[in-house]
Amino acid sequence: MTDQLAASFRQLSCDADFWSLRVTDERAEMLSVRKNVVQPPALQVDRGAMLTAYAGGGCGYAATSDLSPRSLQSALERAAGWARAASRRSLIDFQALPVPASSGTYASPDADAPGYSRRDWHALLSEESRQAGCDPRIVDWEAAVETRIALHRFLTSAGGDMTQRYRFVMPNMSVTAHADGDTQTRTLNGYRGLAQQGGEAMLERFGFVGSGRRIADEVLQLLLARNCPTGMQDVLLMPDQMVLQIHESIGHPLELDRILGDERNFAGTSFVTLDMFGTYRYGSDLLNVCFDPTRPEELASYAFDDDGTRAEKAYLIRNGILERPLGGAISQARAGLPGVANSRADSWNRPPIDRMANINLEPGDATLEDMIEGIERGVLMSTNSSWSIDDSRNKFQFGCEWGQLIDEGRLTEVVKNPNYRGISASFWRSLSRVGDAATMQVLGTPYCGKGEPSQLIRVGHASPACVFTSVDVFGGDAP
Amino acid sequence: MSQLRLETYFNDVTALLDQALTGSEIYTCRLNAETSDFVRLNRGKVRQPGSVTQCYLRLNLIDGRRHAEQCLSVAGDLAQDRAAIASALGLLRDTLLGLPEDPHLNFSTEVCASRLVRSPTLPSAEEIIDTVLATAEGLDLVGIYAGGPIYRGFANSLGQRNWHEVRSFDLQWSLYHRADKAVKATYGGFAWAPEVLAAKMADARERLALLTRPSRSLPPGRYRAYLTPTAMEEIASMLCWGGFSGRALETRQSCLFRLKNGDAVLDPAISFAENIAEGIAPGFQDEGFARPDSVPLVRAGQWAGSLVSPRTAREFSLAQNGANAGEAPESLDMAGGKLAAADALAALDRGLYIGNLWYLNFSDRPACRVTGMTRFASFWVEQGKIAAPVDVMRFDDSVLRLFGEQLVGLTAERELLVSSDTYGERNVSSMRLPGAVVRDMAFTL
Repeated sequence: MTDQLAASFRQLSCDADFWSLRVTDERAEMLSVRKNVVQPPALQVDRGAMLTAYAGGGCGYAATSDLSPRSLQSALERAAGWARAASRRSLIDFQALPVPASSGTYASPDADAPGYSRRDWHALLSEESRQAGCDPRIVDWEAAVETRIALHRFLTSAGGDMTQRYRFVMPNMSVTAHADGDTQTRTLNGYRGLAQQGGEAMLERFGFVGSGRRIADEVLQLLLARNCPTGMQDVLLMPDQMVLQIHESIGHPLELDRILGDERNFAGTSFVTLDMFGTYRYGSDLLNVCFDPTRPEELASYAFDDDGTRAEKAYLIRNGILERPLGGAISQARAGLPGVANSRADSWNRPPIDRMANINLEPGDATLEDMIEGIERGVLMSTNSSWSIDDSRNKFQFGCEWGQLIDEGRLTEVVKNPNYRGISASFWRSLSRVGDAATMQVLGTPYCGKGEPSQLIRVGHASPACVFTSVDVFGGDAP
Repeated sequence: MSQLRLETYFNDVTALLDQALTGSEIYTCRLNAETSDFVRLNRGKVRQPGSVTQCYLRLNLIDGRRHAEQCLSVAGDLAQDRAAIASALGLLRDTLLGLPEDPHLNFSTEVCASRLVRSPTLPSAEEIIDTVLATAEGLDLVGIYAGGPIYRGFANSLGQRNWHEVRSFDLQWSLYHRADKAVKATYGGFAWAPEVLAAKMADARERLALLTRPSRSLPPGRYRAYLTPTAMEEIASMLCWGGFSGRALETRQSCLFRLKNGDAVLDPAISFAENIAEGIAPGFQDEGFARPDSVPLVRAGQWAGSLVSPRTAREFSLAQNGANAGEAPESLDMAGGKLAAADALAALDRGLYIGNLWYLNFSDRPACRVTGMTRFASFWVEQGKIAAPVDVMRFDDSVLRLFGEQLVGLTAERELLVSSDTYGERNVSSMRLPGAVVRDMAFTL
């Protein structure tokens, strides 16, 4: 399909200074077994193209699900028309920007390997569902998966030609129980928190087989647990909460388009300002955070971003000092700062903007046992269930599904509704232990929302377990 | 994709599907399409202008009690799409062979046709943007214009045809003073009037002037507060996140379960309804059922009903009432109260005027406890007058409490707030909400 489109692209004519074609072709299947009932499968084929043009210093785009040569020519003319119309009032002088001309390919691990059949999936999901519905207090449960293959191609009038092929597996397991006026939900690493590139090998990495019974047992423990106690104490955040902490209070504040003000009407701005890069102490010496598009199984690994910039690993924060923002080529030119290849669009019908991709916290040297033993009084928290942060990405409050008290270096009772709050600018400075590679998990979400018009994009986060000292912790109101 | 062509195209697709069915097969087919202009603005200039023309078909093939759905993007031209539609139908047939029967399958078998076309002429997006930027000359304006026709169609092999077509626009913008001190404004609808934009911009300029006063940082604590309709939209959105869902209530996951169960009661001034008749969402739902004009949800502080999708109806032996699978209100209507909006500051007397809230989430869902931030123009009020802008604050409180024992009153005037959601496509939901004065709201950070 894309070869035909490439041929069509070469036939396009336009008086713009530069133009490009970005085409995406994605096929997905959503399968689910809820309360032992196989839900109707939802299949999806989504293909379309975006034409972008630079003319007279302005830039415009036009996207269409009609991929005929006539439609592409019409879209290019619309894009060029927008570029000319915008040139008088454009925030950015696109004439001053380099145009993408790279060529190359990328493929997910096992991109072409055979996958489970629909029958295989239904058998697996049905068994996990059967195991999960093991107690009359369990009122709802679901085992589900989304599998997706994607082909993205980016062609430019400057000779650029980039083809990237992806395969994603995103399973989901959740169990809800109710008793005595309270309801608790437990999931496997959060709602759609298990999301990786590659094939079904990831199921074993995360123990998906057997997870139905395991998390059912855990949710029943939560029903019997008391609320997390209130007070300033240490927290041990497991990777499936760390990824949310990284996402909200490092990833978003470092997005350069937020810092430059593009998102102020919707997603918000940032407490980080341009003058902080190179000197600002973001966290303790133990904090090392990278933009890493090279980890093969991670959700947002790729070779080129959607503006055609080659993607490479880079430190954002090293030894606690802020080094580099998350900004693609256009934002870098606006800010006069080096950035990364993170200009991304969630589909053919939305333009690229600065997004996170893979943002990973580098492992330290503490074992999980070391970290627990080092806490006199604290709470282990895992699996994010609630997230809220201000529009400058500073004052946050996060909640988890699962809490377990730590008393004099030992894990003790399970507690429900563990929440904590803090301020990004000071929270990361309280990072006191960073787990080793054995505590690390590679997670992500397909649902990072941002942009006008709005976009939901895939982002990956890898993190070890970490300890933060003296955090404002509290529980819920439920009986 | 001209509007005439698209309705004709949809009819041609259904004719093709009618001919392609075999045996006892039944289909339902939905069309979601739009031709949208999106123009991002920042610092009073154009940041990212563009247009999107998209058309999706959602084909559901049913044979006995087995069924599956395929969503596919299409050109909107049958000559180009014929093969893809045939392929989708073939794939669905193969899929059905391996499926068990679905005990919860439920679709409309009563043919109920409808057609609504609301397509006033709009100026070109380029012309509108020129007007907006000229009106905001000298201001640090950031925002988005989204406009153009939106199409929704439903058809089934029983002969039902529904068509919903609206040409609308939505301009969302903020005027910034500095850092996070800004005023947010919106102008949306069907008929573009430059004088309305000018009035709204003038009002925003006036409020922006208030933000130039030195701001005040308030310590955590409990404060009397006035929530504007825009702030109320964020709280109502949390209630819509499964709160009114029949399935979430039956499985004890709704934040309003205690209200339904009689363990909590709201102030008698609180009434909610799903009011399709006065909203902008289609009058038909995804399985082809006609939607009632109004579904009472909360009446005078007491539980009155939930939104029940056809699937939930089958699962829990309830009556469906036109809800889609998500069972969230699409035209939420909250009754107004007795407080004149002009008297809201006087009723507040001393406390927080909250212009907008932001990034809400549940801190304890069964208790309907919600946390979130103040945002944009929020002020400290003394003796019924705005005294100073306030720095952003985090609240964490139960909506059952705020709309229950702590409610002082609701404004008589309500605002129609059209959804600005553009994830994947332009949303067609809306809310009609009053403002609210509450006696005591907990702020924590």
